[in-house]
Amino acid sequence: MPFIPHTEEDIQTMLASIGASSIDDLFDEIPSELKSDGLKRVPAGLNEMEISRLMLERAETDGRYLSFIGAGAYEHHIPAAVWQIATRGEFYSSYTPYQAEASQGTLQLLYEYQTIMASLTGMDVSNASMYDGASALAEAALMAVRSHKSSRRILIPSTVHPVYRSVVRAIVRNQGIEVVELPYCKQSGRTLVEALHGFGKEEFAALVIPQPNFFGVLEEVDALTDWAHGKNALAIGVVNPTALAILTPPGEWGEKGADVAVGEGQPLGIPLSSGGPYFGFMACKQALVRQMPGRIIGRTTDQDGKDGFVLTLQAREQHIRRSKATSNICTNQGLMVTAATIYMALTGPEGLRRIAGRSHANTLALLEKLETVKGVKKVFSGPLFHEAVISLPGPVEDVMRGLKARGILAGLNLEEYYPELGHAMLICATETKTSGDLDNYTKQLRDVIENP
Amino acid sequence: MLIFEHSRPGRRNYSQSPGATADVTGIPPDLMRKTPPMLPEVSEMDAVRHYTRLSQKNFSIDTQFYPLGSCTMKYNPRACNSLAMLPQFLARHPRAPESTGQGFLACMYELQEILKDVTGMAGVCLTPMAGAQGELIGIAMIRAYHESRGDSARTEIIVPDAAHGTNPATAVMCGYKVVEIATDKEGDVDMDALKAAVGPQTAGLMLTNPSTLGVFEKNVAEMSKIVHQAGGLLYYDGANLNAILGKVKPGDMGFDVIHINLHKTFSTPHGGGGPGSAPVGVAPRLLPFMPVPVVAYEDEKYRWLTEKEIPQSIGRLSAHMGNAGVLLRAYVYVRLLGAEGMHRVAEFAALNANYLMVELRKAGFELAYPTRRASHEFIVTLKDLKEKTGVTAMNVAKRLLDKGFHAPTTYFPLLVPECLLIEPAETESKETLDAFVAAMKEILEEALTQPDLVKSAPHNTPVRRLDDVKAARELDLAWKQSLTRTATESPTLNAIPTVTPS
Repeated sequence: MPFIPHTEEDIQTMLASIGASSIDDLFDEIPSELKSDGLKRVPAGLNEMEISRLMLERAETDGRYLSFIGAGAYEHHIPAAVWQIATRGEFYSSYTPYQAEASQGTLQLLYEYQTIMASLTGMDVSNASMYDGASALAEAALMAVRSHKSSRRILIPSTVHPVYRSVVRAIVRNQGIEVVELPYCKQSGRTLVEALHGFGKEEFAALVIPQPNFFGVLEEVDALTDWAHGKNALAIGVVNPTALAILTPPGEWGEKGADVAVGEGQPLGIPLSSGGPYFGFMACKQALVRQMPGRIIGRTTDQDGKDGFVLTLQAREQHIRRSKATSNICTNQGLMVTAATIYMALTGPEGLRRIAGRSHANTLALLEKLETVKGVKKVFSGPLFHEAVISLPGPVEDVMRGLKARGILAGLNLEEYYPELGHAMLICATETKTSGDLDNYTKQLRDVIENP
Repeated sequence: MLIFEHSRPGRRNYSQSPGATADVTGIPPDLMRKTPPMLPEVSEMDAVRHYTRLSQKNFSIDTQFYPLGSCTMKYNPRACNSLAMLPQFLARHPRAPESTGQGFLACMYELQEILKDVTGMAGVCLTPMAGAQGELIGIAMIRAYHESRGDSARTEIIVPDAAHGTNPATAVMCGYKVVEIATDKEGDVDMDALKAAVGPQTAGLMLTNPSTLGVFEKNVAEMSKIVHQAGGLLYYDGANLNAILGKVKPGDMGFDVIHINLHKTFSTPHGGGGPGSAPVGVAPRLLPFMPVPVVAYEDEKYRWLTEKEIPQSIGRLSAHMGNAGVLLRAYVYVRLLGAEGMHRVAEFAALNANYLMVELRKAGFELAYPTRRASHEFIVTLKDLKEKTGVTAMNVAKRLLDKGFHAPTTYFPLLVPECLLIEPAETESKETLDAFVAAMKEILEEALTQPDLVKSAPHNTPVRRLDDVKAARELDLAWKQSLTRTATESPTLNAIPTVTPS
C-alpha cells in the first residue's frame, strides 16, 4: 500500500483500541446508499520506477525548442541553488505559517521578499503573494473599488495583456464593477493620454497602467498617473519585475507615484512549466495597506525581546472576517515566492540589471536582424523593453508552423487578439539567447518566408 | 539576521549574471530608474547558507508530525516533485503550440478523467489555482446557471456556521448575501435551520462533508433534496475529501459543483502556503458554464478548449493554465496510488483519526463529539481544562511545539470553545501517534501541576511567544536600513486567538 506504514499487527491493535471489528466499521455513519461502487476509471497503481519511465517518455515527447515567445511568461536562467533550496523539505512540506514560532524560516523569508518587492516597485509595502499576475490585477481593481467612495468603474487600456483583461472581467463581473477599455495609438503602440480627456467629468475608481505594455512598448506613465490622480482615481501599475531593474518604479511615476503595483512574478526564478505555478505580486502605498488582500508578514519581538516574524493584519482576512474579508484568498503561492527570494538574493541589483539589459539588447538586436527579411517590419514606433511586435508578409500561423519544424517557436500570434494589426506577431529574446540563436532565427525565418 | 544585513555594496555573483553589455539603448531617460532597488548583495555561498539556515527554523512534514486539522498534511512523495520537474516540462512555454505539449497534456487529460471518476461529476476543469479560487469559480457557475434561466431573484448562499471562512468570503465576492445556519448538538447541520433558511431567494448551499467538525453529515441526502426542491444548487467544499476518497463520491451525494484541494487529498506540497490547486467538478447542468481552459482529446490529439467551444463559460481565472506543475505532481501521485491505493487513503486516514481520538480520550482529553466516529479528523475541547487551570488551547498548541510536534489547528471551527482540530493523515505510523498521545498526556499533567510552564510555552523554538499586538500596531512590513530597533518592551501576549483553518 503506497505511503501507508501500517503492519497487519498495527491494524489489529488499533481496531481493538477503537473497539471496531474492521476498518469498514469506521465508515458506519455513512448511509450505505451513498457508498460508491468503486473507482472504475482509475488505473491500477504503478511503482516509482514505472511512473518514472512513463513520465520520462512523456517529457521526451514534448521535446525542447528554441523559443522566442514572451507574452507574460519569460525564459530566464534560473540558478541551480534556487530550486535545490526551495524544494528542501522544510520549505516544500510546511504549511501557511500560522504557528509563527514553528515557521520562522518561511516568515523571515517572506519579510525579506516583501522588503525587496517594496523597493523594486518603489512602494511602501508588499503582500506575501497572489496567485498570478492576472488575478493580482483583478484583486487590485477590487481594492480600488473598495477604497473609492462612489465609482465602481475601472479603466483598462487595451494594451494590457488580453488574458489579464478577461481574468479581471471574470473576477469582478459579479460585484457590479464595470471595466472600460481604452484604445491605443496604432503608430506608437501606446495608450494616448489625449484619449482620456474625452471622459470629461466621468468618475473612475482606478486607471490601470501597464509598463511595459503587452506589445513591449513603454507607456507615458507619468502623464497617465497624474491624470488618474487628477480624477481622484487610483493609479494601478502592471509591471514586469525584471524590467524594474531598469525602468522607473511605479512608486515614482508622475507627481505622487502610482498607488498600487501588481504583476507576474514568474520572471524571478520560476520555470515556465506550461503556465504555472507562478506567483502574482502586489505592493501599495502605506495608506492602502488595510485594503490589501492576502497574507502580510510583520516583524515584531518575542517575550524575550528577540526579533521575530508573524502573519499580521489578519483582521482583513477570510478566516477572521469571513463574509467581510478583503478577499477570499487563503493559500497562495508561498513556494514560488521562496524561489523568487532566493533568485533575487543570488542575482543582486547588478545581476538583475544585467539580465534586464541583456534581454533588452537581445530583443533590439533580433528586431534589427529580422527587419532584413523581406516583408518583415517592426510595427510600433514607441520605445520598448525586451519585447516587440513585428508584422509578417503572410499569415502568422504558416510562419510559425514552418519555424516549428525547424525547432524554433517564433512568437505569439496576435491575429486573434488584435486583428486590426494584420499579420502581427509578438516576439521576445531574453538573456538566454546567444547571437548564434538570433542569427539562426533570422536565417530560418528568411528561409520560411522566401521559400514557402 | 536578515539577508540585507549580510549584504555588502559591490559584492556580486559573476556566475549568476550575463557579462557586461553596452548601456541600455532606446529607452527615454525619464522612463529609467534613478536608484537601484535594494536587492541583497551577497555571495552565492552566503545566500545558500542563509536560506538553508532559515529552512531549518521551520517545522514541516518532512521533519515533524504535523496534525493540522483540515489541512491534510500527509507525506508528499519526492517522486511527484522530481518527475514534475523534468527539464522538458519546466522549459515548456504556456503559449507554445499544443503539438509541443502532447506528453504534458496527456497527463492533464488523464488526471481530469480520474478526478471525474473519484468525484462522480460529469466534467472537471483543472485550472483553479487554490481552494478559494475553486470556490469562486463554483459559485460563479451557480450564478451563471440561475442567470441563464432568467432566475434573478436568487440572492442568497447558505453556509453552515462551521464552514471555512473562505465560503462566506467567496459568496460575497460573487455578489451574494450569506445566510449562516447553525449546527446541532451532534455536529450535524441543524435541519430545522436549513428548512427555515431555504426559499425562492436561495441560490445555493455550500457544504463541507465530512464537515470541519470531523463528522460525516448523515442527512446530506435530505439536505440535497431540500435545497434542490427550492431551486437552489449544492456546492461541495472538497477540503475534507481525503476522509471519503474512493468511498463516497460527492456526485452521488447530490452535489452540483465541487472543488478538490490537490494540496490536501492528492498530496501536492503545501510549500509554506501554496501553490495550491483546486480543480472544479460539475454535474451535467453546469457543464456549459465551466471555466476555461479544459483539456480535450480528439483525433488522437490533446488540446485546450476555450471560450470558443464553451461560449457560456464563466471565463478564465488565470493568465495561463493554472498551476500546471502542481497538476503534474498530483498526476504522478494518483498513478502511484492507483484505484486500490486511493481506497486505502480514506481507510487509513479514518483508522489513524479514530485511534488517535480514542487514545486521547483515554489519556483524559474531552472530545467535542464523543458519540461520533471521527472522519479523518476530530475535535478535542479544552474548555474544562481552561476553567480549572487557565491553560488554553493556544498554550497547549505552543507546548506541543516544545515537544517536537506541530500543533493541531486551534480555535477553528469557532463554535467549539478552546478547540484543537486534529488530523493525523494516513501516512503516519502507530508509533508516531503513540508518541503524540504521550506528549499530550505530559502536557495535561504539566497543566495541572505547573500551569505556568505551559502558559509560557514555547520554550525550545527559535523564538518564543511573539507579540502579535505589537506587530499590528507598529506595522514593520519591510526592512529599512536606517531603522534603529526600539528598546525591548515588555511583551504583550496575543489578544486575538490564532485561528488556523486551511
